[in-house]
Amino acid sequence: MIDAKLYARRRRRNTLAAVASYGATFVGLSWLALILGVLFWEGFSGLSLRVFTEMTPPPGAVGGLLNAIVGSLIMTSLALVIGAPIGILAGTYMAEYGRHGRLTSLVRFINDILLSAPSIVVGLFIYEVMVRPMGHFSGIAGAVVLGVLVIPVMVRTTEDMLTLVPDTLREAAASIGLPRSLMIRQVAYRAARAGIITGILLAVARISGETAPLLFTALNNQFFSTNLNAPMPSLPAVIFQFALSPYKDWQDLAWTGALIITLAVLAMSITARALTGTRKAS
Amino acid sequence: MNVATATTAPVVTSQASNGSALKDKIAIRNLDFYYGDSKALKGISLPLYANKATAFIGPSGCGKSTLLRVLNRMYDLYPGQRAEGQVFFDGTNILDPGLDLNLLRARVGMVFQKPTPFPMTIYENIAFGIRLYEKLPKSEIDGRVEQALQRGALWNEVKDKLNANGLSLSGGQQQRLCIARTVAVRPEVILFDEPCSALDPISTAKIEELIDELKTDYTIVIVTHNMQQAARVSDRTAFMYLGELIEFDETSKIFTSPSDRRTQDYITGRFG
Amino acid sequence: MVDVAWQESGVSAQDVAERAKVLNKLRIGDIIFHQITKISALFVLVVLGGVIVSLFLGALPAFQEFGFSFITAQSWNPVTEKFGALAPIYGTIITSVIAMLIAVPLGLMIAMFLTELCPMWLRRPIGIAIELLAGIPSIIYGIWGLFVFAPFLQAHVQPGVIAAFENVPLLSTLFEGPPFGIGMLTASLILAIMVLPFITSISRDVFDAVPPVLKEAAYGLGWTQWEVWRYVVLPFTRIGVIGGVMLGLGRALGETMAVTFVIGNAHKISSSLLAPGTTISATIANEFTEAVGDLYTSSLIALGLILFVITFIVLAIARYLLLRIERRVG
Repeated sequence: MIDAKLYARRRRRNTLAAVASYGATFVGLSWLALILGVLFWEGFSGLSLRVFTEMTPPPGAVGGLLNAIVGSLIMTSLALVIGAPIGILAGTYMAEYGRHGRLTSLVRFINDILLSAPSIVVGLFIYEVMVRPMGHFSGIAGAVVLGVLVIPVMVRTTEDMLTLVPDTLREAAASIGLPRSLMIRQVAYRAARAGIITGILLAVARISGETAPLLFTALNNQFFSTNLNAPMPSLPAVIFQFALSPYKDWQDLAWTGALIITLAVLAMSITARALTGTRKAS
Repeated sequence: MNVATATTAPVVTSQASNGSALKDKIAIRNLDFYYGDSKALKGISLPLYANKATAFIGPSGCGKSTLLRVLNRMYDLYPGQRAEGQVFFDGTNILDPGLDLNLLRARVGMVFQKPTPFPMTIYENIAFGIRLYEKLPKSEIDGRVEQALQRGALWNEVKDKLNANGLSLSGGQQQRLCIARTVAVRPEVILFDEPCSALDPISTAKIEELIDELKTDYTIVIVTHNMQQAARVSDRTAFMYLGELIEFDETSKIFTSPSDRRTQDYITGRFG
Repeated sequence: MVDVAWQESGVSAQDVAERAKVLNKLRIGDIIFHQITKISALFVLVVLGGVIVSLFLGALPAFQEFGFSFITAQSWNPVTEKFGALAPIYGTIITSVIAMLIAVPLGLMIAMFLTELCPMWLRRPIGIAIELLAGIPSIIYGIWGLFVFAPFLQAHVQPGVIAAFENVPLLSTLFEGPPFGIGMLTASLILAIMVLPFITSISRDVFDAVPPVLKEAAYGLGWTQWEVWRYVVLPFTRIGVIGGVMLGLGRALGETMAVTFVIGNAHKISSSLLAPGTTISATIANEFTEAVGDLYTSSLIALGLILFVITFIVLAIARYLLLRIERRVG
C-alpha cells in the first residue's frame, strides 16, 4: 500500500526543487539583463560620432576614445599575429604528429592551466622579461602579453578541431602519395578551417576585455600614439582610469567604452557560435 | 612458383588456364603482421599478377583488409603496427625501412570503403594530385581532369559543375570521384578496400563495371565480403581465414571446385 | 582535349624517377614543418616555465627580506617598507569561498533546470544567455559593481542586514559596521555572478552525458524528477561537477578587475564582511604602477607568485578530475 503521507512529502520536495531551479535560472538571467541593461542605458547616451573621432580629454573637457580604440586595435592585431601561429602550430603537433604521445599529454595539461590562469600573473611575467630590461612601458609589451594570452586558446581549439577531422581523410591524402606536411596544410587545415577561425574569434573576444595585464606592460597614454616603443593607450586601461576618477565626464566615457567593448565581444562570440553551431565550455 | 609457409602450405596455382605466362606485379613472401603484440597475419605468401584483378575474401577479422593495407604501407601512419617479411613490388621490397613511402603510394593507389573526397571542388579534388607531381599549364590539367573523370565514369554527370564541392555529390558519385582522383595520379596498382559496402546496388553495379574496365591498364586488388562481387569482378581469388592464406586460385575454380574444405564451407555459407 | 599519346599505365621508369625527384624536394619541407610544430608545442611549456622562473626571481628579494613572515604578517606599509601578505591572501580566499558558496548551488540548479525541466525550444537560447554572462569582460562587472550594485546595496540592503543581525551573537560581528556599499561581501557577490556561468556550463555538459537508460530505470520505479537528479544524476557526475567547481574556484581566485573596483582596498583583516578589504590581484592592480622601491615591487611580485601557486594547484586538481570523467564517459 502506498503511504499517502510519504508520497505527499516526496511530491512537495519535488515541487520545491523545481521551484528552486526555476528561481535560480530566473536569478541568473536577471543578472544578465540587469548588467546588460545598465550598460546599454549608461553607455548608449554617450555613444556619438565624437567618441570615435576625438581623443581622450582632460577632466572637465569633452572628448572621445579614438586613441584608446586605435591602441586596442593595434595591440590586439599584433597579439594575434604573435600568438595565433604559435598556438595553431602547437595544436597541429598535438593532433597530427604526436597524438598519443607523452609530450602531447603534458602540453595539453599545462595548456589548460594556462588557459584559466589569472591574466594578471602573465602581466607580471612580461613586466619582468620585457618592461624591466627595456626600462619603460611600451605598446609592444602590451601586444606580447596579449599574444601570450591568445596562445592557450588557439592550442586548445586547433587540437580539438583537427582531432575531429576523420582519419579516413588523412588516409585518402596519403594514398595519393601526399607528404605529411602537405596533407596537414592542404587537407586537414581546410577541413578544420571553420573551427580554427572560431578559435581566433574566441581568442580576440577574450583579450579584448583584458585590463590588468595591460596596466603593467603598455600602461596607458593620454594622447594618440602608434609608437610601439612607448606607452600605448587601450580601451580597458582608459576605462579603468576614468571609472575610478571623480569626474563625471570621464565616468560617462568609461561607460561608453565599456559598451563598445561588450558589443564587440558579444558580436564575436555570436559569430563564432554561428560558424560551428556548438557550445564551448572552457 | 612454389611458396612454402610455416603452417599448412596454401594451395596456389600460378598458370593461367589458357597457358599464358603471368607476370608478378607484386609478390608477397612470408608476411607477418602485428597490431602491437597481437599477430594478425601469419606467413602470407602470394603473387598478385599484372593487369589482373585479385580478390581477397574471407569472414570478418580474417585479415584481408590488413593484408591490403600492407601493399601501400598505409599502416605506417599508425605507431604500434608493423609488418615482417617481404613484399616485392616490381622486384623491390617495399617493407624496406628506407623506402620512399610517398613514392610508393603514388604508384599504388587506394580506394576506401567510405568515400572520402577532399574538402574542395570536384575539379580541385582531381587537379590536386596531378599538380603535386607535375607542373602543367591549366589547359593540360583541364584535359587530365576530364580524362580522369571519364575513366571514373563520372564526367557526364559533373562536367557542368566542376566547381561544386566534392561533398555535394551522392555517395556513389563520391566514390567514383575518389576512383577518378586515384587514377589521375597514374598509379600502376589500385587497391580497393570494400569499395561498395557503403553504396546502394545501382552505384555498386556501376563501380563493378568500372573495375572491370580498369583491369586493362592497372593491376587491381579488391577486398570484399561479398562473394558474388568477387566472382563477378576478379580473375584470381585468395581465401583467408584467421590471418592465414588458405587457398589462392583462379576465381572460377575457387567458386566451383575449391580444394580446401574451409574454402568450401565459406563459399557455401556454412560460416561467415 | 584528350591527349591521345598519353598513356595511362605502363608508366615509364623515367616517370617514376621524375616523381621521385619531386617527392625528394618536398621531403625537406616536410621535416621542417614537423620540427616547427614540435617546437611550438614545447614553447607552451617554455611559457609556463618562464612565468614561474620570472615570478620567483622577482619575488626573491621580498622573501629574502621577510622570510616566511611575509605570509603571516598583516601590516602593509610602503613607507616603512614592511610588507605582509596576510590581508590580501585572506581576502582572496574569503571572497572566493563565499562566491563559490553562492554560485555552486545556483549553478547546479540552473544546470538541472536546463537538462531536466526546461522546454526543448528554450534550452538553446537560455544556455546561450548564460554563456554570454561568461563572455562579458570582467571590467564591465567592475564598473557595474562600482556604480550600480554597491550604491544599491549601500542604500537598500546593507542597513537592513546590519539591523537584522544586530542582536544575533555570531552574525552581528560578521555583518557589522557602517554600510559602505563596497567591501568584501559586495566583491564576493560580484565574483559569484562571474563564476556562475562556468559552473552551469560544465555541470550541464556532465549532466547531459548521463546515459538515459540510468535515468529511465529510476523513472520506471516511480521516482520523482528531483529524486532522479539527486540520487542518480548527481552521484554519477560527481567527479565532473567537482572538477567544474574547482575550475570556477580557480577563476574566482585570479579575478582582478571585478574585485578591484568594489573591494575597498584596505590592507586589513576585519571580522565584518561588510568592511573593505583587499585581494592579491586587487592589490597588485592598484599598487603596481605606483610602487616605488625594489622591495615594494618585489613584494607585489611575491604576491603574484603566491596567487599563481594557489591557482595552479586548484586548476591542476580540476583538470585531473575532469580528465577522469572524460575517460569514463567519452
